[in-house]
Amino acid sequence: MSNSIPTASLRDLAPAALRQTFVKLDPRGLARNPVIFTTAVVALMTTILALRDIGSGTVGGWQALHISIWLWLCVLFANFAEALAEGRGKARADTLRATKTKGYVKRLEGPQSEFDVALLTPIDDLQAGQFVLVEAGDIIPTDGEAMRGVASVNESAITGESAPVIREAGGDRSSVTGGTTVVSDWLVLRITAEPGKSFMDRMIALVEGAERQKTPNEIALNILLAGLTLIFLFVVVTLPAFASFAGLNIPVVVLGALFVTLIPTTIGGLLSAIGIAGMDRLVKFNVIAKSGRAVEAAGDVDTLLLDKTGTITFGNRMADALIPAPGVDMATLAEAAYLASLADETPEGRSIVEKARALLGRDLALPEGSTPVEFTAQTRLSGLDLADGTSLRKGAIDAVVRLTTQIPAPALAQEIDAIARSGGTPLLVSSGYTILGAVHLKDVVKPGVRERFAELRAMGIRTVMITGDNPLTAAAIAAEAGVDDFLAEATPEMKLDLIKREQSGGRLVAMCGDGSNDAPALAQADVGVAMNAGTPAAKEAANLIDLDSDPTKLIEIVMVGKELLISRGSLTTFSIANDVAKYFAILPAMFVGAYPGLAVLNIMGLASPNSAILSAVIFNALILIALVPLALRGVKYTPSSAAVLLRRNLLIYGLGGLIVPFIGIKAIDLALVALHLA
Amino acid sequence: MMTLISYILYFAVLTALALGLAVWMQRVFEARIPALVWVDRIVLRSAGVDPDRQMNWAAYAMAVLAFNLAGFVVLYALLRLQGYLPLNPDGMGAMSPDLAFNTAVSFITNTNWQAYSGEAQLSYLSQMAGLTVQNFVSAASGMAVGVAVIRGFSGPKDGGLGNFWADMTRATLWILLPLSIALALYLAAQGVPQTLLGAVHTTGLEGAEQIIPRGPAATQIAIKQLGTNGGGFFGVNSAHPFENPTIASDLAQCLSILLIPVAFCFLFGSMARERRQGWAIFGAMGIMLLAGLAVIHFYETAGNPSLGIGANMEGKEARFGAMLSSLWAASTTAASNGSVNAMHDSFMPLSGMVLMVFMQIGEVIFGGVGSGLYGMLLYCIIAVFLAGLMVGRTPEYLGRKIEAREVTLAVVGFLSMPLGILVVGAFASTLPSALAAIQDPGPHGFSEVLYAYSSATGNNGSAFGGWGASLPWHTTAMGLVMILGRYAMIIPVLAIAGSLSRKTKAEATAGTFPTHGPLFVTLLILTVLILGALTFFPVLALGPIAEETARVAGQSF
Repeated sequence: MSNSIPTASLRDLAPAALRQTFVKLDPRGLARNPVIFTTAVVALMTTILALRDIGSGTVGGWQALHISIWLWLCVLFANFAEALAEGRGKARADTLRATKTKGYVKRLEGPQSEFDVALLTPIDDLQAGQFVLVEAGDIIPTDGEAMRGVASVNESAITGESAPVIREAGGDRSSVTGGTTVVSDWLVLRITAEPGKSFMDRMIALVEGAERQKTPNEIALNILLAGLTLIFLFVVVTLPAFASFAGLNIPVVVLGALFVTLIPTTIGGLLSAIGIAGMDRLVKFNVIAKSGRAVEAAGDVDTLLLDKTGTITFGNRMADALIPAPGVDMATLAEAAYLASLADETPEGRSIVEKARALLGRDLALPEGSTPVEFTAQTRLSGLDLADGTSLRKGAIDAVVRLTTQIPAPALAQEIDAIARSGGTPLLVSSGYTILGAVHLKDVVKPGVRERFAELRAMGIRTVMITGDNPLTAAAIAAEAGVDDFLAEATPEMKLDLIKREQSGGRLVAMCGDGSNDAPALAQADVGVAMNAGTPAAKEAANLIDLDSDPTKLIEIVMVGKELLISRGSLTTFSIANDVAKYFAILPAMFVGAYPGLAVLNIMGLASPNSAILSAVIFNALILIALVPLALRGVKYTPSSAAVLLRRNLLIYGLGGLIVPFIGIKAIDLALVALHLA
Repeated sequence: MMTLISYILYFAVLTALALGLAVWMQRVFEARIPALVWVDRIVLRSAGVDPDRQMNWAAYAMAVLAFNLAGFVVLYALLRLQGYLPLNPDGMGAMSPDLAFNTAVSFITNTNWQAYSGEAQLSYLSQMAGLTVQNFVSAASGMAVGVAVIRGFSGPKDGGLGNFWADMTRATLWILLPLSIALALYLAAQGVPQTLLGAVHTTGLEGAEQIIPRGPAATQIAIKQLGTNGGGFFGVNSAHPFENPTIASDLAQCLSILLIPVAFCFLFGSMARERRQGWAIFGAMGIMLLAGLAVIHFYETAGNPSLGIGANMEGKEARFGAMLSSLWAASTTAASNGSVNAMHDSFMPLSGMVLMVFMQIGEVIFGGVGSGLYGMLLYCIIAVFLAGLMVGRTPEYLGRKIEAREVTLAVVGFLSMPLGILVVGAFASTLPSALAAIQDPGPHGFSEVLYAYSSATGNNGSAFGGWGASLPWHTTAMGLVMILGRYAMIIPVLAIAGSLSRKTKAEATAGTFPTHGPLFVTLLILTVLILGALTFFPVLALGPIAEETARVAGQSF
């Protein structure tokens, strides 16, 4: 995976992020984040007041400046977190931008035009609907659809997969992507992307974070954080009035310190970094999200529709067993099956060879003077004619029966029926006019998928297998793979109906597809993942595109979606729980002048009112920067039930959020006293 | 030990009665009893209302507001004109405009803050046709909204919120009225007066002329408790021997305070067709009530060492003692009732703090009839939102997604308590025209203001006595915060219910976080404490906590 798109290390990104940290102080940008914007306003206010006091020589001016500096640091740390998250994307975008071609292309008047009348046209002038010729060695200028020709194309610039893939006119492999290279032959393309709107352009914008829209839960969380900020504003703004009743005059800088420590700066400062890092993790998995909403929806998925072929099974039927006819020994059958399949390069043929070799315990070579017989659709047989005139054949039951004019013995016939009933495909092997036995071909379930589905079930996700097989075959494979349900003899309409039915029950559905006929279902699904190798229609309809064309990727996408939400929720809980300790640090410091008895609230035993307030402010800033790595990495999701997850995260981030600041503030207080800073 | 057994018995009886009542309430509100539906229909049709017409949230909210506004206008007029109206044997004159405003608002919002003294300022007509009527319909309004919100949260998709007029009528006719009649008869039997004759003029033992006020008290007291109103017939409320003559009457009233609010938890569970959801909310509320009660009981029975050995009996009726007074105080502040059988002003500082916290979190520990439940549901939304994020799913409550709209509305609902208590309270504790109300110096005087504004915003109605509530500044400001505390909660919560009722209900899977069981109860309690109570930590530190620390140091206020 991901050998094309380099991951910059945090150390490389830090210098650029540091610059961005200060650029982001621009109030227009800050205003997008209400919590951090408010912090900056308070910091500005306390700084001005501190400078005034220092200028006029008032007592406490330097203390106020010290507090102000830490308030500013809180803002800067939040900016740094965001810049760091964006920096990764930017580095990736630069790599991608390097593949964007400049120069000229060979434009044709129409799809059938002669090649020698091609006009050299600047790439930037290419419009959707025009036709271009690309030949071996050319970089495909922008997204398009093959109209003529077959070519092998190296798509490593996008997918990281270095083996070239075939692109041809007609069918499901006609879509080409700008930035990939034609390795051999030629294609006539119809351009499908407007200038600047190609897949590569979108991908660059996406990884850079330029197009990042807030996801629905992020918006809801932002509102909650803004609401909390407003409530704490009421708390702090009204405090001087209440304190004056006790004859107490609280300095503005102390009120500012209390306010900033109470509002959820930790999660407020890390929120956008978490979002950007989440998208970035998807990019690392080689998945492009066309909207943030889809990523979040992936975390909510209740039902996963998976194509059988390629996802659950290898997609090729494989020899599972050889069954000799009565009176034939296994070695004879295995040898005949081996030889008959030697020249058969299909996966099925190779699997028979594998099976027979295992049974015989030795290799066989192509005998001298023998002639391979190719499979044809008419005969539905393939095999080998030996030098002595014996013809070894393997093929469909009726074809072998017609060839040999024999019917299988009753015992064998029973076996054949059993194979068909179990969802497998039976083949017969013959030598001359004798039926030697049967081969049981079956769809082999990929190793590990069973465990995968069990994990999904633990997460509360139901898996439905989609297959074109008959219900019998489908049921057999479904049972073997451990999916919860299956849809046999599936047509695109049935898929669409299934999705709608699931959705009407309030469930979110994810599916992946590649063909044009998947497009309606992809559009209907809450999370539609199109394979990059698929048709433009499918890619247009989906909201996620998997560059590796690996359907099992859906599971990773679900995990990323969940991690995104868990990171936000856990840090919010942590941030809110922190307030308890901060109250216990600042309130006694504020009020002890009026009511000395309130010193009992100083349960941390902080050295002085000054050091208490300063410690709380410093802790507030340091915890933000300390949590940046966690925000970028995301809180780990391990598949388990919601109740288990909640208990764990509530313990770590809820209880932790209550306790950690007590320890942290005390430690900072001790350090401040030791350094004579307060 | 006896104390513990008594408490356990009290709560066991309360829970059993509430469980039974919830079954009846469900039948009433789901119109399952043909005979009652037939009567409803006649009553409603005669008022031109089609009880089957479903309302959306906005229509429901408009109906509540219009009905309460009409109630306000009538009550205000009655209080101003009582001198010209009949049933005025003691010749009471018109109430002043600001006091009439305060009283009218107080009764339509189910607060029953009494800046007046009933026996000295109200005619029998004002008491019966004015206050007692509002005691019924303000409670019924709250219950109607509560039921509408339950329907929105748990009913079928696009099922509507019901019909306000039908819900209000049913709550009055079939729940409040029968219960009140039963309780009034019992109280009268215990010795509470119920008469239309004027005050008794007599010569006391000392030979002095004495006026003993009386009146139609039993009926008003019954509904003041059942409807979490709290406005007594007499100024000193249920501490008055005519309002609350015996221990039996005391227990009966104390049970009535919590009866309907507790039943609402179970009603929620049974209407949601998932009883354990109701038990979870009951559990969270119950634990908080018991924890608060434990604190109050501890401080009240331990007493004030600087005043001598024994329980704190200052401001308490000797008939009831520290235990029954503690139980009543916890119940009345938890349940947004506000009637008292002892003077809260004289409670120990930290007991007083618990009473304030019960109100400041928005009266959600059982709370007012209907309003306690819908207030708690706002906390449920935030708790579920955080929990949902922590398990990696868009949060769901009862199968419905909690999204930006619900969170926004919940946050709007949460703003009313800090606005009323902190913002308006800040003016009340600084403006010279407001400060004159304070009776005591130092932190205790501050607690009086804080308690008053917590009580008004929470629509409770109890007070730290001695505080001059009748100052025009306060009657006006408190009238406004009562409106804020009531309707700035009703409107957003109905909007949430409306928005949820349009969403598809998803079945629960292993990925759905369960909103019942100890884990959710813990989370809900933490949400209430951190979001609700923590906001008021600074002011509590300046009031009751400062007073307590000073007391420990030997200083009193």
